[in-house]
Amino acid sequence: MALAPIRSRLERLGATVTSFVWRLGYASRFLVYLALHSGTALRRFRLTIAQVYFAGVLSLVIILVSGLFVGMVLALQGYETLQRFGASESLGVLVALSLVRELGPVVAGLLFASRAGSAITAEIGLMKATEQISAMEMMAVDPIARVVAPRFWGGVISMPLLAALFSASGIFGGYLVGVQLIGVDAGAFWSQMQAAVDVREDILNGVIKSVVFGVAVTWIAVFEGYDAVPTAEGVSRATTRTVVTSSLAILALDFVLTALMFTGGNH
Amino acid sequence: MQQVPIVEIKNVSFGYDPARPVLRDIDLAIPRGAVVGIMGQSGCGKTTLLRIIMGAYLPSNGEARVLGHATRSLDGAGLYAMRRKMGMLFQFGALFTDMSVYENVAFPLREHALLSEDLMHDLVMLKLQAVGLRGAAHLMPTELSGGMARRVALARSIALDPQLILYDEPFTGLDPISFGVIVRLIRNLNDSLGATSVIVTHDVQEALGVVDYVYFMAAGRVIAQGTPDEIRASPEPFVNQFVNGRPDGPVPFHYPAPTYAADLELAA
Amino acid sequence: MNRSMIDLWVGVFVAAGLAGLLFLALKVGNLATFSTNQTYQVEAKFANIGGLKVRGPVKSAGVVVGRVADVRFDNESYEAIVSLTIDTSYRFPRDTTAKILTSGILGEQYIGLEAGGDGVMLKQGDRLRLTQSAVVLENLISQFLFNKAAEGKEPAK
Repeated sequence: MALAPIRSRLERLGATVTSFVWRLGYASRFLVYLALHSGTALRRFRLTIAQVYFAGVLSLVIILVSGLFVGMVLALQGYETLQRFGASESLGVLVALSLVRELGPVVAGLLFASRAGSAITAEIGLMKATEQISAMEMMAVDPIARVVAPRFWGGVISMPLLAALFSASGIFGGYLVGVQLIGVDAGAFWSQMQAAVDVREDILNGVIKSVVFGVAVTWIAVFEGYDAVPTAEGVSRATTRTVVTSSLAILALDFVLTALMFTGGNH
Repeated sequence: MQQVPIVEIKNVSFGYDPARPVLRDIDLAIPRGAVVGIMGQSGCGKTTLLRIIMGAYLPSNGEARVLGHATRSLDGAGLYAMRRKMGMLFQFGALFTDMSVYENVAFPLREHALLSEDLMHDLVMLKLQAVGLRGAAHLMPTELSGGMARRVALARSIALDPQLILYDEPFTGLDPISFGVIVRLIRNLNDSLGATSVIVTHDVQEALGVVDYVYFMAAGRVIAQGTPDEIRASPEPFVNQFVNGRPDGPVPFHYPAPTYAADLELAA
Repeated sequence: MNRSMIDLWVGVFVAAGLAGLLFLALKVGNLATFSTNQTYQVEAKFANIGGLKVRGPVKSAGVVVGRVADVRFDNESYEAIVSLTIDTSYRFPRDTTAKILTSGILGEQYIGLEAGGDGVMLKQGDRLRLTQSAVVLENLISQFLFNKAAEGKEPAK
């Protein structure tokens, strides 16, 4: 009966797909509930501000440093290739467009997912494991409104700002390497960049991307934390799931958004 | 003077998984002002029963009436309104680790009562004084011992002067002194607040010393009930084994296994 | 970390983020677009627009004066109709020529306007009558080969 192992594998595949779809539905209902009960997070804005601190401010160092290095590498690699076509003065364009359109939102999103996303999941998961969530419910306080919503909005607010700072830091890094180190003409660097980078097309689309990524990553982070099995092992697995799922979501959404935004041609 | 019991459980059955019931046909009533114990082995369903009283789960059969309302009939807002009149002490305190002791006790007040900071300060100090921890108000939960954490959690649970206080295994893992403190507090707070207390525990001897009435559970059913003296003298074999801490009896010492001879012969 | 320190740091963070965005918009991008300016539209027909794209630049004397708004196909004359949006601060005579040019040798294509001498200016909805289509590389190559072949034949005559 050679069919049996194939059949069991198909059954498991079907079960995985079904359970993924079911989980996605559950997570969507969670998001809607969270959005409807965000009143507390907005009225008592102090709570959300505290979360912007934990998600955004504490990620500043890693974002700025990584952005700087990415920009510097872009300039190094870009110069190598461009000068072969005599186009080394377009280095600024290369660095700026790569960062603003793609690397800024995506890499900042990935870093945000692993630093802030995992922290959010771990925190909510641990609160669940130590019965703090149940205690809050017993005291007639909705834990989703009080604990989850401020973290969600804190993440959504932080992400676009971090992506912009990543891009800015990267462009500065590209300037340092391209102009100061390699010797590309500073005037050409900036002027060609300004001519080629369109505020509406490139920068705005980059911002839209970072907002979408922020929503996706923070949603996954708070959901996995709230849904975690309330044991040490459960929390650790939820944290891992947050990082993995967020990263995949960012890359998949990046493809979709890029296809929608940047390929239009002649229409 | 017949008063409506503050908690009435009638014919309640429940299972997290419908195929495996955890509670079967439970009937119990908690009279106003009493300290009642619900005791039994681990896994007999007593914590589940507490959750049903709390309204966290709805019974699959029967009715649970708490503070005059059937939990089944309450919507979200009604449930929260009911819980504002209850306090619950969780097994290890469940203090909010990112807030100080003062903030933890002030939490229910901040969320539900619109008070000035001065008034809130006085109230928090009052509650902390009742549990003897007024001097620890500035400490963080990680700096407290287990017994102290539990006392702070107790202060938090009485912050809104509840009518019903629930205790989930309040004596677990305490040293004898902290033990004595908690026991004294349970009785004193109950009487001074005019509240009713329900203690879920398996610490028999100590609980029997503080409660007015006991419900004994095994395998999801109430198998005995009575005053502490009645329970101590109970002819029921399981109660007897439990109260006296005998290793063997209706709850066997050996986990079910094939015969010893069979296991040894396999090895030989 | 007490509340006022958190507020301070969050304020710094948000301000830095907005500053970063502003830097990107002003120093990196071309914020000087025609988003707030008044424009008027004219049309031009071309036999071949080559690689001209919507939102491509319209330049005169090398300075950007407008954008390509729309590209359509005329099924009657089998020509391309291109709509141009020109900034109202620039006025062109009615006999202006519109050519499709390439930036650099293999760069993007744009429309170059060469002003004529007519006294009357173009207004909204007018059509430019003088146009020059894009240079298509294949046509150039085949023309070159044809010339080469013709040259090769002549000495034999």
